[in-house]
Amino acid sequence: MELFDNHKKLFTTATLLFVGLTWLVAISPAIRNQQNNKPLPAWKEPEQDVVKGKALFIANGCVACHTQQVRNVEMDKVWGSRPSLAADYAGISRTDFWRNTATLMGTERTGPDLTDVGNRQPSKDWNLVHLYNPRIVVKESVMPAYPWLFTIKKEPLEKDVVVNVPEAFLSKKEGKVVAKPEALYLLAYLQSLKQTSLPENKAVPGFLYPQQKKNAAGGSPAEEALADGQTLYAANCQACHQANGEGLPGAFPPLKGSPVVEGDNLELYVDIIMNGYDARQEYGAMPPVGTNMQFTEKEVTAIINYERSSWSNGAKNVTAEDIKKVMDVLQQKINTK
Amino acid sequence: MKSKAFFSVIILFAVAVWPGVLPAYAQEMKLSDFSFASESAWLWIVLLIVSVLFVVAMLLRRKVTELRKSYQNQKQEDDSDKLKEHIDRFNSQQIEKLLQYKKTKRSGVLFQVSWLLLAFTLFSVNTGWAQDASTTGESSLLGEGGIVITLVLVLIPILAGFILLMIKIGNAINQQKNKMRLEEASKLAGYLKDLPDEEIDAVLKKRKKALDYALTNHELSGTEPAEDSKGLLSITREPGLPIVSVKKKALPRPNIDPALARLVLGYLVCATCWLLFGTTVGQYVGIKFVAPDADHVSWLSFGRLRPVHTNAVFWGWASLAMIGLGYYIVPRVSNIKLYSMRMGWYALYLINASVLLGTISLMAGINNGGGEYREYIWPIMLLFGLGLALTLINFLRTIARRATTEIYISNWYMVSAIIFTIVISLAAYIPYWQNGLGETIIQGYYMHQGVGMWFMLFTLGIVYYFLPQQLNKPIYSYSLGILAFWTQILFYTLIGTHHFVFSAIPWWLQTVAIVGSAGMAIPVIAGTTNFLMTFKGAWYKVKDSYTLPFFLAGIIFYFTGSMQGTAEAFRFTNLAWHFTDFTVAHSHLTMYGIICFFLWACVYTIVPRLTGREAPQITMGAHFWLALIGLMFYSIPLMYGGTLKGLLWMQGKPFMEGVTLMAPYWLWRAIGGSLMWLSHLFFAYNMYKMIVRRNVVDVREAAIQKLQYEMEETPEPVV
Repeated sequence: MELFDNHKKLFTTATLLFVGLTWLVAISPAIRNQQNNKPLPAWKEPEQDVVKGKALFIANGCVACHTQQVRNVEMDKVWGSRPSLAADYAGISRTDFWRNTATLMGTERTGPDLTDVGNRQPSKDWNLVHLYNPRIVVKESVMPAYPWLFTIKKEPLEKDVVVNVPEAFLSKKEGKVVAKPEALYLLAYLQSLKQTSLPENKAVPGFLYPQQKKNAAGGSPAEEALADGQTLYAANCQACHQANGEGLPGAFPPLKGSPVVEGDNLELYVDIIMNGYDARQEYGAMPPVGTNMQFTEKEVTAIINYERSSWSNGAKNVTAEDIKKVMDVLQQKINTK
Repeated sequence: MKSKAFFSVIILFAVAVWPGVLPAYAQEMKLSDFSFASESAWLWIVLLIVSVLFVVAMLLRRKVTELRKSYQNQKQEDDSDKLKEHIDRFNSQQIEKLLQYKKTKRSGVLFQVSWLLLAFTLFSVNTGWAQDASTTGESSLLGEGGIVITLVLVLIPILAGFILLMIKIGNAINQQKNKMRLEEASKLAGYLKDLPDEEIDAVLKKRKKALDYALTNHELSGTEPAEDSKGLLSITREPGLPIVSVKKKALPRPNIDPALARLVLGYLVCATCWLLFGTTVGQYVGIKFVAPDADHVSWLSFGRLRPVHTNAVFWGWASLAMIGLGYYIVPRVSNIKLYSMRMGWYALYLINASVLLGTISLMAGINNGGGEYREYIWPIMLLFGLGLALTLINFLRTIARRATTEIYISNWYMVSAIIFTIVISLAAYIPYWQNGLGETIIQGYYMHQGVGMWFMLFTLGIVYYFLPQQLNKPIYSYSLGILAFWTQILFYTLIGTHHFVFSAIPWWLQTVAIVGSAGMAIPVIAGTTNFLMTFKGAWYKVKDSYTLPFFLAGIIFYFTGSMQGTAEAFRFTNLAWHFTDFTVAHSHLTMYGIICFFLWACVYTIVPRLTGREAPQITMGAHFWLALIGLMFYSIPLMYGGTLKGLLWMQGKPFMEGVTLMAPYWLWRAIGGSLMWLSHLFFAYNMYKMIVRRNVVDVREAAIQKLQYEMEETPEPVV
């Protein structure tokens, strides 16, 4: 056939077919997305520290393991309160003359998704310790350690940010671990990763493939609530307070035998969970985990009951109604402020 | 008979694949209908397994009836007649022994017991196997198209296992028959024992004399010693112990331009170096999953080394090897000299420079923004692009001056691959459509076209030349090759965004990608059929060739790996597998199983032709088996663990549970990776043996030289 025996015609045809399809499925949709999507009204240009932190995130190839996309499927609900939208990425443009745009959506989730990590894990102390060596706070972690973002100083200055690293992880170096500016940039970037809230009149898009709620066939309601509490603890509290409830000396306080956990001051207890705590010098500040994660009274109850009955703790269980009352009181206090 | 069996296998494949694909299409149409009730799908699976078992059972039944018949025959026949018959069938040696026995009246039939024991053990082992194989698992997951397809793909090796089982059972039956024969033998022995001596002596001696008659073997040749005056015979004096089966030697090809040979070898040697480097890095990165604190050096941290590994094996190893082989094929099938040798060398320098600079910059923390395989910044990737452009011009000019009318199909694939890759790179690096989600859409397109339009298309082109050449017969169907070519362009171009299913990119684009992924079944099945049918009538060549096993492994992975890609693209399978280690397993099954095995096959074909030297068979075999077994150890645990992890995520379990779950599978991956890495050392050694001329003293040559030297030294006698 003429077409097949003439190299010009053959290769031109193949090229045109390929370029045409490329235009159809790649370039034209890309251009349309770029033109039609605008950032959400609540979105703000990132600050200088955050930009530097993002550059470090890119340079160290963190995207190899961490995605930044909440898919519109129920299983991704743990990573954000709503699915990511095109508008979430619309504000990201070319990094510089040498480097391309970095939406950092990622294709592997060897580590957790980071879309909303600024809400989920905002603690400065935790993040710095975790960057120095993740296995200090999460024993099973396979994340690389980033000690080159820190220096060791014999006598740190007052303005230095000292990181409380247990001796076992210091590999016999003497002195205090001090965060370099790079570590603080990276921290600023991680803390800045929060889902932008949608405009008030906009409906939040739903998640597909909802999980079927399990029937109570497998166990009594009380047992289920406890199991739920363990899962919630593992997902939200364990990173700092550890699975054995003993915390990390000098960084995160123990919950095992804690007077707050075992005591009767439910208002203080719920207040700490919902709104954070920074009353004790020797420990890092606790972020408002409950508010960030939008805990319901049932979830708070499950966590409290898990903490009160685990390890060697043996305090009485609380009911969701009690907690609801306490939460309402707290909410009123905040509102009156 | 052989082709009939082949067709029945094809039909089994078809029966197995379509019920999986059809429900998946149905699912596409009802997007929100997740709980697609698909009892039919797993019914099909069960049907498949049952039908295989049925076939096995039927074959077994036939064997057993055969056995029973022969047993009955033995019982019914008149014993004395049959035994007498045996006397006429003894050979000379047997008669001699018998006569001796008759003299000494001793008997020894002890070894019968050992036969019996062996037969018994074999039988018991086999029944155990049959029970294991027949159990099947069921769960609600089996309703999902993608999972069904994957299961079927896993079933292919299991089917091979069934065939092996059949052979084993056949052996056992044979043992049983032998046992019966031994019984007959003992009867015969008894019969012979009871015969009167004088009578039997006379008969036997006469028979022996008749049997011992032979010609002198000198009737035609006379008694003069043979002389090979034309040097036609070559006799190996000491064959030695056969540790590896002796394969056919590569045939030296005349008239390969030495300059072209140097160029091709240049590419292949560089490629080998990048393979060693890239997989050493990959191996180290794999170890970091098991030992995350192996080092604390920023240049060696996981996030930086991972792209170093992928880019080095992509652009360094596979690309250079492919282009190098292309430089051999294009002039050969065009029947003309290469347009420009110098451009070939420049392209090699450019690509090497690109990978070297890219590696250093990635380790230093300079990268393009994290899109996979797009990590090199544009000035570095530009060097690679220029190398491709030079290669394209070189190939096109050569083809334009070809001495043949038609353009052989290899050239379609290879030249198109280069054109497309230049288009892909331009689309990926031109900044005008890269903001916001534009970057993601382009990334999906780029990373998949890079794999499918560069590596796959180019490698298929190479295989279309080397496979028929190694089998010494034309490709089965040229038209199938053409069909595969155009459908590959049509469907493969569409599938890029299947890496971002459920993300914020437009839903219609995701659906197009999924449909395109299903469409990929056409070129894959066309290609696989074409290659396998080319083997038809030449299967016997596999056993005495060292390149064909590599081709065969490549073809099998081409089918299973590519179809797995289709299965992975469906929406449900995306839920379970996306973001898990399953993806890593898949990319190794394809890039390693398909591309690397094909490339090795072609390298082992071509290098001995260029240099006239071959690698030792034992290291070649070690390369093949370590690579194959290593790949299996690498990918199967990751697929299994990845599925478990995905299911855990779907149940909403804490993230760390998935990490602890993967620990043993990551260890297996490191073990498999080590085997693969070891195989590359063997490959590099083989390359060395094939290329480097060794300074070995040839005894005869040295003796002659010595004599000549002495002749020159001694002064001529004065007359």
